[in-house]
Amino acid sequence: MTIPLPPLPLASTPNPWLATAMIAAIVITSTTGEVLTAAAMKSIGDLDVIRARSGIFGAIRAVITCPLFFAGVFFLALSFFSLLLALNHLSLSLVAPASASLTLVTNAIAGKIFLKENVDRRRWAAAVLVCIGVYLLAH
Amino acid sequence: MTALPSISLAHPGALIAAVFTPWIAAGILLLIGFFASYLTALSWADLTFVLPATAFGNVIVALISRFWLHENISILRWSGIVLITLGVSFVAQSAPLTEHPEPATAEHPTATEAETR
Repeated sequence: MTIPLPPLPLASTPNPWLATAMIAAIVITSTTGEVLTAAAMKSIGDLDVIRARSGIFGAIRAVITCPLFFAGVFFLALSFFSLLLALNHLSLSLVAPASASLTLVTNAIAGKIFLKENVDRRRWAAAVLVCIGVYLLAH
Repeated sequence: MTALPSISLAHPGALIAAVFTPWIAAGILLLIGFFASYLTALSWADLTFVLPATAFGNVIVALISRFWLHENISILRWSGIVLITLGVSFVAQSAPLTEHPEPATAEHPTATEAETR
């Protein structure tokens, strides 16, 4: 998809602070969105059980009547638009690996603090390994 | 999308029309399927379990591009594949869900918990 826009002065000389701020915006909004969505799904309960009891539409209703879920989707959408904004100014080979890999680590931290998840040594190792792996793969 | 004529902000109707192109419609349907499965996984597993596990999709994409599209994979990318696979194998060994002992739910079990008992 190409959306012609007037050339921005930034595209030629990316300011490192602005680049950091844009990637930080993606990481923060996406982590907030993931944590809110995860909290919403935990509050709803096991969807397989709900579907067994009240059918697929009952499961869909359980999700779309949860305000926390929409808060999560709102932040995920915000993160998508900050990604588009960043791609408008910075190169894909910087934004994609940086945001994808940093999100894994911030989510492990946020999951431990806000969702009280049991992030043991194995999960820290997994988050860090996958973080480096995604960076290498997307670079 | 790159196969379509370029879309400008002056004609947003072209974006709506693009949604009904077979390839894009198929992509959107698959994305909906992804999100539904992702939410279902989050309903019974921790975020710190689901996120690294879904990152394995990157490995599948890389392997498909290698063996189907015959793209070259550099040694750095192969090491990325190895690291993700290692990380996913680590997370797969842990219990998917953290159990929170909540005294309140013992008195007032939710419908879900009552069912699983």
